[in-house]
Amino acid sequence: MSDLEARFRLRRGDFLLDAELTTPARGVTALFGASGSGKTTLLRCVAGLERAPEGYLEVDGETWQDDARDLFVPAHRRACGYVFQEASLFPHLSVRGNLEYGLRRVPGTLRRVSFDETVATLDLAPLLGRSPDGLSGGERQRVAIGRAVLSSPRLLLMDEPIASLDAARKSEVLYYIERLRDQLAIPILYVSHAIDEVVRLADTMAVLSDGRVLACGSVTALASRLDLRPHLGRFEAGSVIEATVARHDLEYGIATLRFDGGELQAPDVQSLAGERLRVRIRARDVSLALSAPRDASFLNVLAGTVKEIGSLDGSGVDVAVAVGGAVVVARITRKSVSVLGLVPGTPVYALVKSIAIDRHSVGYA
Amino acid sequence: MSELPAVWLTLRLAAVTTGVLLLLGTPLAWWLACTRSWLKGPVGAIVALPLVLPPTVLGFYLLAAMSPAGPVGTATQALGLGLLPFTFTGLVVGSVFYSLPFVVQPLQAAFESIGDRPIEAAATLRAGPLDRFFTVVVPLARRGFIGAIVLGFAHTIGEFGMVLMIGGNIPGATKVLSVALYDHVEALDYAKAHLLAGGMLAFSFIVLLVVYGRTRLPAPVR
Repeated sequence: MSDLEARFRLRRGDFLLDAELTTPARGVTALFGASGSGKTTLLRCVAGLERAPEGYLEVDGETWQDDARDLFVPAHRRACGYVFQEASLFPHLSVRGNLEYGLRRVPGTLRRVSFDETVATLDLAPLLGRSPDGLSGGERQRVAIGRAVLSSPRLLLMDEPIASLDAARKSEVLYYIERLRDQLAIPILYVSHAIDEVVRLADTMAVLSDGRVLACGSVTALASRLDLRPHLGRFEAGSVIEATVARHDLEYGIATLRFDGGELQAPDVQSLAGERLRVRIRARDVSLALSAPRDASFLNVLAGTVKEIGSLDGSGVDVAVAVGGAVVVARITRKSVSVLGLVPGTPVYALVKSIAIDRHSVGYA
Repeated sequence: MSELPAVWLTLRLAAVTTGVLLLLGTPLAWWLACTRSWLKGPVGAIVALPLVLPPTVLGFYLLAAMSPAGPVGTATQALGLGLLPFTFTGLVVGSVFYSLPFVVQPLQAAFESIGDRPIEAAATLRAGPLDRFFTVVVPLARRGFIGAIVLGFAHTIGEFGMVLMIGGNIPGATKVLSVALYDHVEALDYAKAHLLAGGMLAFSFIVLLVVYGRTRLPAPVR
């Protein structure tokens, strides 16, 4: 299996990047962490824009850096595309000129994507003749993504490509990144500090903190790990469940999603029956009960057992509940833990308000 | 018109000087814009010297260096090039030093204002260093180049003290407009002096109007 293997050690003033990462070079791998955790520096090292004095990097069987052998392939000789946080289009070229910049520098035989296919996937046709100055933020980022894709990368690097956009533009660009992932099959390394983007896009994630990779694995597995909780953001924290759309209830606009452990009901799901989804359930939207409530508004009552109880230091506690093969995390008060007498192994019901599962918490797997 | 040889010589000197300055000044300005070396300060100061030095000082040192016993003069003689003072080539050498900051500084400012990002973007799009320079840096620094060319050309046309030191006053070889003007004044021929002075004043004003009016040039002296 073709992989990405990276080890970098780089000091910048007080900051030390000391990261090791191995991830499958397919699908989307998210580099997740707070600002200052080193994820952008790591991405720049992969691109060759930054040179870590001690480093090793192998992508898809090709070695791009190995300081043991004094090998460093310069950025322009690496088959990787880079999408910056700001689109960074060339202002002196038209949209078409920008798109063709990388394309023209790849010999015909090495091209993996065609101009027309990329333009179609990203809906760029109406923009081709325009100047970057006249584009909206979302359009600019789409052109930047297309420009990077057209350089036929074996790996596409994206550094928070939607962070500087407003909410509407964010979801527009996310939609195109999803299309890209599904239609062009280029492995993507995606830097983000927003867990909802990660859930929507990524299969694999690496959690970074203070220049180190704390954990790397599937998004569903890492999201429910309580020890990573402090690094995933208190209020953003939650679990991720992979599910399939079973049916739609058109009268109420509710979809039933089947997962390994039961069924979930969620409103406003746009997918068709049979499609696979990743659903994020925020820990603070989950309550726990010892018996199933009969007359409450919760549509989702999931039977399970307490798997793990997080740190009891503060007034709030994260409790991981195994529901079939899935894990749901609930954030409840320490008082509730004590009143209900929760310990690992206690049978409980996880109660999830359907309305808490919104559009932003559903991604297409 | 008796002034035509001087006009032609002046334009030729300015054109050749500007050409040489673009070839030498562009890499120098690029180095100054990019380097983190401690040499940046000293080199930048040397480039800026002609802004503050009386042209005669520069001319004097160049004349000394290019004289038969000077280091440059020894070298040019050894190479079979003869001596440079009082020749057109000597004038070009002097003008290159004299107008250096007027070419290097606008270029350096333009390069610095581009920032790293477009260059990094080009690198990730498979463009090598020279490719990046000519397809990204040069077009983005277009205003800097226009400013450098116009100021370098115009400033060379306006030189006097240095020309007199190195070039002397040989009609057709080193007698440029500013020297011709000086001659007319010495000869009390104010009508011709007015013609030359007025012409150069109008020329300089139009050039600067074009530069500052149209391209909002970064100031040459910062």
